[in-house]
Amino acid sequence: MTRLERKHPRPIRWLHWINVPVLAVMIWSGLLIYWANDVYRIGLGDVTLFEFFPNWIYRFFNVGHRLAEGMSWHFAFMWLFTINGFLYVLYTLFSGEWRFLVPNRRSFSEALQVLLHDLRLSKVEPPRRKFNGAQQIAYTTVILMGAGSVVTGLAIYKPVQLAWLTGLLGGYEMARWEHFLLTVGYVLFFIVHISQVIRAGWNNLRAMITGYEVVVATEETTHE
Amino acid sequence: MSELKAERRPGPEQEIEHEIRRMTRRSFAWGAAAAVAGLAGWGWLRTRPVDGGIPWPLRRVLEFNEGLSRAFFNEARLATTFPVERAREPRVNGRIGLGESFDPAKWYLRVEGSGEQAATLRLGLDDIKALPRTETVTELKCIEGWSEVVHWAGARFADFAAKYGPAVGAGTLAVTERKPKGRCDYVGLETPNGEYYVGFDIESALHPQTLLCYEMNGQSLTPAHGAPLRLFTPVKYGIKSIKRIGTIRFTNQRPADYWAERGYDWYAGQ
Repeated sequence: MTRLERKHPRPIRWLHWINVPVLAVMIWSGLLIYWANDVYRIGLGDVTLFEFFPNWIYRFFNVGHRLAEGMSWHFAFMWLFTINGFLYVLYTLFSGEWRFLVPNRRSFSEALQVLLHDLRLSKVEPPRRKFNGAQQIAYTTVILMGAGSVVTGLAIYKPVQLAWLTGLLGGYEMARWEHFLLTVGYVLFFIVHISQVIRAGWNNLRAMITGYEVVVATEETTHE
Repeated sequence: MSELKAERRPGPEQEIEHEIRRMTRRSFAWGAAAAVAGLAGWGWLRTRPVDGGIPWPLRRVLEFNEGLSRAFFNEARLATTFPVERAREPRVNGRIGLGESFDPAKWYLRVEGSGEQAATLRLGLDDIKALPRTETVTELKCIEGWSEVVHWAGARFADFAAKYGPAVGAGTLAVTERKPKGRCDYVGLETPNGEYYVGFDIESALHPQTLLCYEMNGQSLTPAHGAPLRLFTPVKYGIKSIKRIGTIRFTNQRPADYWAERGYDWYAGQ
């Protein structure tokens, strides 16, 4: 027997999809700003594995020599990014959705199991729940990262008026680096997220669009 | 979708398939409408007439942010200071307004007031040096994103304003008050040739770490760093720390600002 099962509430879906262009504008405008002082790299001592960023990247994305423009977009869209994230957290809290999202004691061992399964090192199927342990950890982390971007962003936006905050984060230069690192984190999250969505297939993605998933009911799942 | 509140009851597979297809079409229609609205908004924003180098709606948001920043600004909050050994020579980044035909011997500081006390003064470096000497070791933060700890020495702008500003007569220029009587709203500063100019909200100008500097890292200012007199403040990006000041103007009209005319935030405050 198949049936339609309600999966993602409407506010979650809207806030999720609105975040896509908003975060894209934040990263793009952040890149316009970062270009003006592009000092970060991955390396040790004199050995550089990767620099953020080689010139061809600025040329390819046309993000060089546009600092003022970047700042104006960044400081406008920061409101949308913050408000959108705030509404998401508020909704999950009041709707009780947070129970599906926040990791619990079992999440970490479960996440390891999911990881081994997805790397084809284990044949144990991930549990069939709305979000498995790996998802709980990933989705909660990315929300915390969002909060981190707002906090580190504020610390570099108003480092004198909020000197206590900037100091707490290790100072102005550290806070800027942390702000940048979180953005690298989003990109990594995005890559994993997209590949997992592709793996999970259309039924799963469709649930984030329509809210409903087609469930093939077996003895096991009907008891849930 | 509001009719689909509870979980669907098991039904023939075709019916389920039909239902989910219907919902998918519906959701995609909404998604497409939202995407079109978003793209239209984006296109609209990007093509607005520019105000100071950026589309005017973005300029309005910067001004909105400025309003919030000014409302929360507290002159008692200080920039982090550092031990003097941490001080380094900052790179020379801005040369605008520092034309070559400049004779330090002929330099003087022109001070223009506003309101009832409007008067134009001509001051020499000695007049500034006669004010209480203040030193600070704090970060110079460039709008480009880099920062450098620098050791500055000079007179507090607040001390200068108390002596030469327009509110002298009223004697109410207390830095802790939000808007004392007789205080003007803005200060404008420009180089002697007028090629570089910055605007300050009065609170930021009167911040205790805003200095009229004549020394940097224990040496008299070099021409490249703004000799004979420059401004330094940690409460704004470096673009506001104007070199080689020719004129200081106390005013109630928002002064022009070189970089704000070129796409940057007029306030540029920290």
